[in-house]
Amino acid sequence: MAETTESKKDEADYKRLHSFPLIRHTDMPEEMRVETMELCVTACEKFATNNENAAKMIKESMDKKFGSSWHVVIGEGFGFEVTHEVKNLLYMFFGGSLAVCVWKCA
Amino acid sequence: MLLMSVWSCFFGQDEEDGTETGEGDEWMQGKTLIKPLDQLDLTEAELKEEFTRILTANNPHAPQNIVRYSFKERSYKPISSVDQLAVHFVLEGNLLHQDSDEARRQRAKQGDVEEGGGEERADSVESKAGKKEQKITNQFNFSERASQTLNNPLRERGCQTEPPPRANFSATANQWEIYDVYLEVLQKQEKNKEKAKAVPKKDDDKGKKKMMLVETQSDDITKVAKVAKIIERMVNQNTFDDIAQDFKYFEDASDEYREQEGTLLPLWKFQYDKAKRLSVTALCWNESYKDLFAVGLGSYDFTKQGRGMLVFYSLKNSTFPEYIYPTTSGILCLDIHKHLPYLVAVGFYDGCVAVYNLKEETLQPIYKSTAKSGKHTDPVWQVKWQKDDMDNNHNFFSVSSDGRVVSWTLVKNELVFTDIIKLIIEIFDNVCRPAACGTSFDFHKQIDYLFLVGTEEGKIHKCSKAYSSQFLETYNAHNMAVDAVKWNHFHTKVFISCSSDWTVKIWDHTIKTPMFTFDLNASVGDVAWSPYSSTVFAAVTTDGKVHTFDLSINKYEAICQQPVVAKKKTKLTHIEFNPVYPIIIVGDDRGYVTSLKLSPNLRKKPKEKKGQELPKGPEVEIAKMEKLLSLLREPENSNA
Repeated sequence: MAETTESKKDEADYKRLHSFPLIRHTDMPEEMRVETMELCVTACEKFATNNENAAKMIKESMDKKFGSSWHVVIGEGFGFEVTHEVKNLLYMFFGGSLAVCVWKCA
Repeated sequence: MLLMSVWSCFFGQDEEDGTETGEGDEWMQGKTLIKPLDQLDLTEAELKEEFTRILTANNPHAPQNIVRYSFKERSYKPISSVDQLAVHFVLEGNLLHQDSDEARRQRAKQGDVEEGGGEERADSVESKAGKKEQKITNQFNFSERASQTLNNPLRERGCQTEPPPRANFSATANQWEIYDVYLEVLQKQEKNKEKAKAVPKKDDDKGKKKMMLVETQSDDITKVAKVAKIIERMVNQNTFDDIAQDFKYFEDASDEYREQEGTLLPLWKFQYDKAKRLSVTALCWNESYKDLFAVGLGSYDFTKQGRGMLVFYSLKNSTFPEYIYPTTSGILCLDIHKHLPYLVAVGFYDGCVAVYNLKEETLQPIYKSTAKSGKHTDPVWQVKWQKDDMDNNHNFFSVSSDGRVVSWTLVKNELVFTDIIKLIIEIFDNVCRPAACGTSFDFHKQIDYLFLVGTEEGKIHKCSKAYSSQFLETYNAHNMAVDAVKWNHFHTKVFISCSSDWTVKIWDHTIKTPMFTFDLNASVGDVAWSPYSSTVFAAVTTDGKVHTFDLSINKYEAICQQPVVAKKKTKLTHIEFNPVYPIIIVGDDRGYVTSLKLSPNLRKKPKEKKGQELPKGPEVEIAKMEKLLSLLREPENSNA
């Protein structure tokens, strides 16, 4: 029992170590990418318990800044295939277990 | 009230109105003076008294302190200015100003009612006339003219901008994938940190992907080469997986049922395309890298001399050699230095000797003997590395058919040769001393200066490095050329020799006659002691068989006689035991090298009795051999 709790703690520590935002795939220009990544991090931290609200926040900000219409998916386990406008896709990991996918497609 | 005040002004009742009463009196004197009954009687002095009266425009009846309630301030406030106007009479008249609204309205009404042109009123003339004109007829005779400007024809123009290019993207987000990616990135980061510490370079933070790309482009070839090698080995391991398993773990279980015999299990077969026409003329295991062995390729046929090849194989990769060195002349012998696994000495058919350095990239030997530097005039049959000499130079010995045993020393860039001994045929008349042809030699394991030379005449000479012209001993070993002589690894006195006269003989170097003689029914190409036992040795014959003997088990016969090559015509030329693993490699005259695993029966160690200590090590082996020899010697001694 003690061992499993310890291993869980280790896992949690691992995840904390891995909680820096890691961009998995993107074709955005530099500025846009940095801004979007920071926005995603802010949103995920703010709405740590509610993915929907975080996604809502990201989507609305992106719409205002970069034009309509953006789509955002946040989750821990999903597969996807999307069509996106070129140079408007960001797929990143955050918080050790969250994956965020943001893309634009009118 | 008003009337009363007016009358008081005229008749003056009070003292204030004194002058007025005076005037009243005068007015009244015209007539007969009628005094009212309540009139004041004043004295003349009082009558002359002047009273000043001030007339102001203020209305005396107007209150002077009107106070009104102000709702705003919720208090009574005195009104500052009080209206002093007293209206005495109002009469409303019926006159209208001619420009007022009512007047105009009335005029309009009159104009409508009256029909006659009223010129009397100058005011209303024009207006009346205008009205009459409108009514009657259009006296000016104007016509309406309308025009329509040209309306430009409408054109529909549409334009469709190119939509921004789209692309598809798909991925899966699971917990494990996220975890893996994070680990990878962390590792890369650590590597980068190490690199940054080692060589201070600018690490671009922009996209680790970019950095990886740059690295791969610049180190492309070398990285691929290394990886390709690894993959080749992996593929080979997979392909020959069962052989690898056998090599490691297979022990022939049937050996338990066979009392004394053993078998050889074929493992890998090594061949090189370009070496197909050549025969294996030399085999040597590498002492340091136990899976690496060298194969010398050439030809034993006097008429078919051509090129040769020096090839290195590893057990890990049986399909392609690790190192390949093509040579102009056929190789006849080779030896790998015990301590420096990259130095290889090679003896050629044309009499040259050469030293190769495996570390070098070139295919040329680092040293090669030439006619000037004392190369042999006949094929070199055996080379052997020696211990470094006094100056710490590497040196090796070579023996050749020209009868010379030469020591070569690697001094800086050269090969310096020293004739050690010249082999001569002893002829009774001592007239001519043609050189005998040395075909093989071997150095004693412990006694450095002692070595054996086998000759083409079938004799074996025991020589010392110190004596250059005399032999310590000569043994009449065989009837034909001695193909190989080998000292026993354990027992210091025992050596073995084999010859084309179909025999293998075991000797004690103190005794002139052989201890054991074995007839193998075919010309024996090579013989080798096993490294793990003093009583086990193997020999190969030209009929394609490998004969394995264990003297402690069977003194007269081989415990294993096995053909190892497919085609019967192939002759086996050389055999070597691996110093560590229980395998042997056998070379044949078609350029193939076959590896075989020795079954347990062939590797027997003495059975330990219960309670006894297990003395391991060379002493046991020596004791074993000694025991055998003593059995032989006693009858000999008794015979002698």
